[in-house]
Amino acid sequence: MSTMLKTENIAFFYPAREGEEARLALNGVTLAIERGSFVVVLGHNGSGKSTLAKTFNAVLLPTGGTVYVDGMDTADEQLLLEIRRRVGMVFQNPDNQIVANVVEEDVAFAPENLGVPTEEIRRRVDDALAAVGMAKYVRHAPHLLSGGQKQRIAIAGVLAMQPDCIVLDEATAMLDPIGRREVLAAIETLHRDKGITVILITHHMNEAEHADRVLVLNDGKLAMDGTPREVFSRADELGAIGLAVPDTVALLRALREGGLDVATDAVTVEACSEEIARALAH
Amino acid sequence: MDEIIRIENLTHTYSAGTPFEHCAVDGMDLSIYRGEFLGIIGHTGSGKSTLIQHLNGLLKPTKGRVLLGGEDIWADPKKIRSVRFRVGLVFQYPEYQLFEETVYRDIAFGPTNMGLSGEEIDRRVRDAARFAGVSEQMLEKSPFALSGGQKRRVAIAGVIAMEPEVLVLDEPTAGLDPRGREELLSNISAYHKERGNTVVLVSHSMEEIARNVDRIVVLSDSRVLLSGTPHEVFAQGDTLTRAGLDVPEVTRIAMSLRERGLAVDAGVYTVRELSDALLALRKGGGVC
Repeated sequence: MSTMLKTENIAFFYPAREGEEARLALNGVTLAIERGSFVVVLGHNGSGKSTLAKTFNAVLLPTGGTVYVDGMDTADEQLLLEIRRRVGMVFQNPDNQIVANVVEEDVAFAPENLGVPTEEIRRRVDDALAAVGMAKYVRHAPHLLSGGQKQRIAIAGVLAMQPDCIVLDEATAMLDPIGRREVLAAIETLHRDKGITVILITHHMNEAEHADRVLVLNDGKLAMDGTPREVFSRADELGAIGLAVPDTVALLRALREGGLDVATDAVTVEACSEEIARALAH
Repeated sequence: MDEIIRIENLTHTYSAGTPFEHCAVDGMDLSIYRGEFLGIIGHTGSGKSTLIQHLNGLLKPTKGRVLLGGEDIWADPKKIRSVRFRVGLVFQYPEYQLFEETVYRDIAFGPTNMGLSGEEIDRRVRDAARFAGVSEQMLEKSPFALSGGQKRRVAIAGVIAMEPEVLVLDEPTAGLDPRGREELLSNISAYHKERGNTVVLVSHSMEEIARNVDRIVVLSDSRVLLSGTPHEVFAQGDTLTRAGLDVPEVTRIAMSLRERGLAVDAGVYTVRELSDALLALRKGGGVC
């Protein structure tokens, strides 16, 4: 597999502002993200996860170290447009990232700016809206849609650039459970059917259950890196940095402490109940 | 139990008589009891925000009545202001509503408008700050120099400082990380225990509601769908799922285990309860 994104020992320094002290938000992060992978980044507020995300398409340039997108250095201004086209970003607040009065115009915004021919834009907009399950809303007014629908429009807007990678920075944090499910389902489809690399920044632990890989940030450093099962099996370490394991893992651990012979690394509800049923049948 | 608020046949229609006419609350009956910690859940569009804006008279019922301490709050519309002091409402993302020069003055805004003495205002500001987890050092800072989570605490303190009989919080933990959520909820729980005042918590996080409240009211399609203790409500897992609501993860595991033929209670919602139940099963050999 080829590398989509690579960071080499990056640091990010927020200078002191009124009421805030200077802060090192990232402190020596080195990692490589494979093309086509689904990576979840976890960490509590202030861990550096949003700062890291913003370095992935040059919204922020690291104070030290280098970020490469498909081998392109994000600090090279000549490459900025190409980098932003390849790595699209979706942010937390659905109301802050919609620019047009009609859904299709909003989705067409980026390809129009890229100078894509009209017929091609039409095709891309329809494809993008279909991919996120919003084809019916082509001519709707975005401000009348629900939060989950708005976020899917924002994702469609990114898709219309035909990116290789989408970074979602707490894109589900302001949504209700239905909206969150809609957005996650849309992301999973893109990953599965279009092979798009997905980087999902979140503090909902259970959003990690479908990821190939989980990165945990703490104090600007990479604290853990592994499959969801590997990461969630380190419950005590997660607790020490203010993160809780999903209830599935917590339950299995409690059962194990109570003397039941269960493996404690089943993350999904299905896998967890299967493991419990298996252990009890013995 | 003594009712503090009673909603009778409440209906609220937005934009009546236009093509956008929308009935957000439809013939709802609901009692809120003095001193209880009540959770209200429902997905977006279920009518929960419309409902809570009736509790302190921000919205006027299209039909039906809202009784506070047995009296219709709209009996004399001129007195609606006093209702707002008795029922304190903390909106979603309240940190956007801060405006004063210092945290202290922001928290003092409500009690000052109530016409209290300077001494009483000072006591209330300090009390409310303590309940909401706002430190003494923060009081003289500008609210705009604080982090998002701290600002939210200041906004909550501003409502607590009015010492309302009923404190209503709309999604107080939205957007906070797990640690921030946990801290804020334990502050709210401590406030409820110490003061004994009624607290109404609106949330769409089942886990959050389950752990903290005495009673849950579930709204769906502009009506009350279910009401009861967390245990009673979560035992209706299928009904909740059909209404588009999340069931706590532990309850979902219990539901799945029941489908596999294990005799576990469907209403469990804490890790502790379910693990105890399962360990007892093993000892009793209750597997079929």
